[in-house]
Amino acid sequence: MKISVTVNGTVHESDVEPRTLLVHYVREALGLTGTNIGCDTSSCGACSLHLDGEAVKSCTMLAVQADGASITTIEGLAQNGEMHPMQKAFMENHGLQCGFCTPGMVMAATSLLKENPSPTEEEVRIGLEGNLCRCTGYHNIVKSVLAAAAGN
Amino acid sequence: MTVTEDRPSPVLGTRRLRREDPALLTGEAKFTTDLNLPGALHLAVLRSPYAHARILSVDTSAAAASPGVVAVYSGADLADTWGAPMPSAWAVTPDMKNPAHYPLASTKACYVGDGVACVLATSDAAARDALDLIDVQYEPLPAVVDLEDALSDRVVIHEDLGTNSSYTWDLKIEGHEGQVAEAFAAAAYTVSERFVQQRLIAMAMEPRAVAAVPQPFGGDMTLYSATQVPHILKVMVALTLGIPEHQMRVVAPAVGGGFGSKLDVYAEELLCVALARKHGVPVRWVEERSENAVATVQGRGQIQFVELAADADGKLTAVRIRLLADMGGYQQLITAGVPLLGAFLYAGVYDIPHAYDFSCTGVYTTLTPTDAYRGAGRPEATYAIERAMDVLADTMGIDPMDLRKRNFIQKEQFPYTAFTGLVYDSGDHLKAAELAAEMADYNGVRARQATQNVPGATKLLGIGQSSYFEMCGLAPSRVLASLNYSAGGWEAATVRILPTNKVQVVTGTSPHGQGHETAWSMIVADRLGISPDDVDVLHSDTAIAPLGLDTYGSRSLPVGGVAIAMACDKVIDKAKKIAAHQLEANEDDLEFEGGSFTVKGSPDRTMPLAAIAFEAFTAHNLPDGLEPNLEAQVTYDPPNFSWPFGTHICTVEIDTETGQVDVLQYVAVDDCGNQVNPLIVEGQVHGGVVQGMAQALYEEAVYDTEGTLKNGSLAEYLVPAASDVPSITLGHTITPSPTNPLGVKGIGEAGTIGAAPAVMNAVVDALSSLGITDMPMPASPHNVWKAIQGASK
Repeated sequence: MKISVTVNGTVHESDVEPRTLLVHYVREALGLTGTNIGCDTSSCGACSLHLDGEAVKSCTMLAVQADGASITTIEGLAQNGEMHPMQKAFMENHGLQCGFCTPGMVMAATSLLKENPSPTEEEVRIGLEGNLCRCTGYHNIVKSVLAAAAGN
Repeated sequence: MTVTEDRPSPVLGTRRLRREDPALLTGEAKFTTDLNLPGALHLAVLRSPYAHARILSVDTSAAAASPGVVAVYSGADLADTWGAPMPSAWAVTPDMKNPAHYPLASTKACYVGDGVACVLATSDAAARDALDLIDVQYEPLPAVVDLEDALSDRVVIHEDLGTNSSYTWDLKIEGHEGQVAEAFAAAAYTVSERFVQQRLIAMAMEPRAVAAVPQPFGGDMTLYSATQVPHILKVMVALTLGIPEHQMRVVAPAVGGGFGSKLDVYAEELLCVALARKHGVPVRWVEERSENAVATVQGRGQIQFVELAADADGKLTAVRIRLLADMGGYQQLITAGVPLLGAFLYAGVYDIPHAYDFSCTGVYTTLTPTDAYRGAGRPEATYAIERAMDVLADTMGIDPMDLRKRNFIQKEQFPYTAFTGLVYDSGDHLKAAELAAEMADYNGVRARQATQNVPGATKLLGIGQSSYFEMCGLAPSRVLASLNYSAGGWEAATVRILPTNKVQVVTGTSPHGQGHETAWSMIVADRLGISPDDVDVLHSDTAIAPLGLDTYGSRSLPVGGVAIAMACDKVIDKAKKIAAHQLEANEDDLEFEGGSFTVKGSPDRTMPLAAIAFEAFTAHNLPDGLEPNLEAQVTYDPPNFSWPFGTHICTVEIDTETGQVDVLQYVAVDDCGNQVNPLIVEGQVHGGVVQGMAQALYEEAVYDTEGTLKNGSLAEYLVPAASDVPSITLGHTITPSPTNPLGVKGIGEAGTIGAAPAVMNAVVDALSSLGITDMPMPASPHNVWKAIQGASK
């Protein structure tokens, strides 16, 4: 099936198998491998990206469902060679270790702050419960998100 | 809160941000699955749905005709491919029984997930589609799920071995064999407990992934793998497949966590290499998460029988331990040895006489093989002694903190030669415990408890402690030899000063989240008096870093980092010769400070390292006989383990109506000696604590009686989310290790080792007013609720 999607500001016209998941399309057809796959049950959130401005798990939808949508992946978050404030906050607060969950976590966190610009620690923890991390124990992820919120 | 001794350094001990982060934060970092390999074939593995079954036939014809399929192989088809069975590196006893284990089973499947056939296709989807078309006829056999049942040999899994018992390994203290029985006979108090270390799944966020890339005309093979151990893997793949080692290159690209589960040599690594050789094209494989749950090694899986003897004052007089260790269907790389890594630690941080008796029996079951998981043997040991100490305190009717203080090895006793002959390098358990107690308001919680935990209360308060000692920094090679481990425990480092005074460091450690690039650059900068920004750290590629023993067992800093510091010193020694020559001074009269050599007493006679680097490069004016260039290599074999320690205190509140355990506060005081980068140390502890807390409260690989994993996905296996865990309150004491020049100890596993017993002691403490004295892990709402219901009857 033919689809047209705007990814990180570039329009892509593609022919995809109907069963192709959005995450596979982004990774394999577009070569944007920053979006990771960590599970097969839509549990881990490693594949989170922004679809029309909202964080979605890109393994929960088909590429054809994204036809006409505007997508931002982790590769599109930094602007003009400058990391996004959320990316900077993760770096400054050691919010990542192995980095595999990180792109999804950052995408989910930026989306969270868009909905709730001044969350409490509790709200950050609940807001990120769809994204799993095995390295940090979340302590510094929460700290990063709160720092990014404070900087906004 | 940090209690520290001064150790001034402009770099070491600073909270330097990680240089690894930008690539990971922007999606630039390349994990194994991200590699672009044109023309690669995709491998998919058909796995046994039975825990125990004879393979009667495998019909691959329909799969072979499926679109995109290039080849289909059964285990029998590939039987001639393997030069040797899959490696296991730890024959713990000379008579250990170890069945031959091949990448694909050809006659019998021994666990759900055991590979029985595989497909090569032009896409991952085509390969997986074709798996459904392979027709395998099985004769199901009875599963062996329970360890004690396995021990009975009611069903023998590997018929040629004649038994499910693989080995029994004993640790008895020579010359003191009778002392244990005497101590128990004379004891004022004894404790006898049975604890179960449930099976856990590491669930590194990146599942495993492999790509083998042959150069058919060059003869070389490059194996990319999401592994912790590229160096070990290179040797093992070469040996198993009969590939000349110098033609094997192994690369660990960005690796998304390991926790021991990627410290192995896996069937898929061998399959990719073997099939890439056979077909002359790259072959790649990526693991699905539910596949990971059964096909990647699991952790823990022990039944522990723990006995303590104590005198009337509660002073420990003997420790007796019997373990059953669940090895699963086969042994993987160090399966048999994992319990031995804890064997020396069942007396914990306590000063006991030579009355120690340890015995472990390794047992096969028809479950996924077990192997190292964060802490490997040491969390199990710490759990056993720390839970048993609480039971002893309860028996004596004294506060568990008080009991521990009566038994701690005292600061003045270090270096302390333990009953095993091992020397504990440094420690101050009392200081760590007192700091933790102060931070956790231990006495305040006890006071609140007295008013809160009254009959009929629905919210019960509990506080629990664990004081741990960790034997890490694996390891002195001779000690490993005495344990029959097949390799050494050294680490290699090369420090190379380039002509423009930039520095390359080559390390044999292989990071997968630990921040070695940042930490190692800080060590070099401190040593050479330069900026960490001028140091590049090269690793995880055997073509670039040919020597190494990789990253596990909290070894990277106390072995690999120390090797780097020593290589720096060696470079400085050489540079000094050049400086002395050019400054026309005696070497002994030179001082090296801030990156420059200066003649003592003549501050104007000075030569910076930058100038020496260029002189060494041009080689126009070097001392006679000195080789050009500034480069030094060190292979460091540590004289001792490193012994980090600390006290963790957890406060919980339990809802008696739902069984829900809420962690109100978690205080971790850890001492890893001098800290290179406290930011990274804290991150390691946070993550470690949550992993230990997860064992205590959430995680368990649950099998049914047929040997089928019931919770093999991240939807069902409860890796905690941010909302399930609290923030962690950290404290540190700093007691440098005297055994290495950096004074450092490992910190990768400490959090996990301390956490599970602290949480479980808090849980049992909260429930003690109901008469509950033990609780199986995980203390899930269901398990807690059941215990409360049982107690109220």
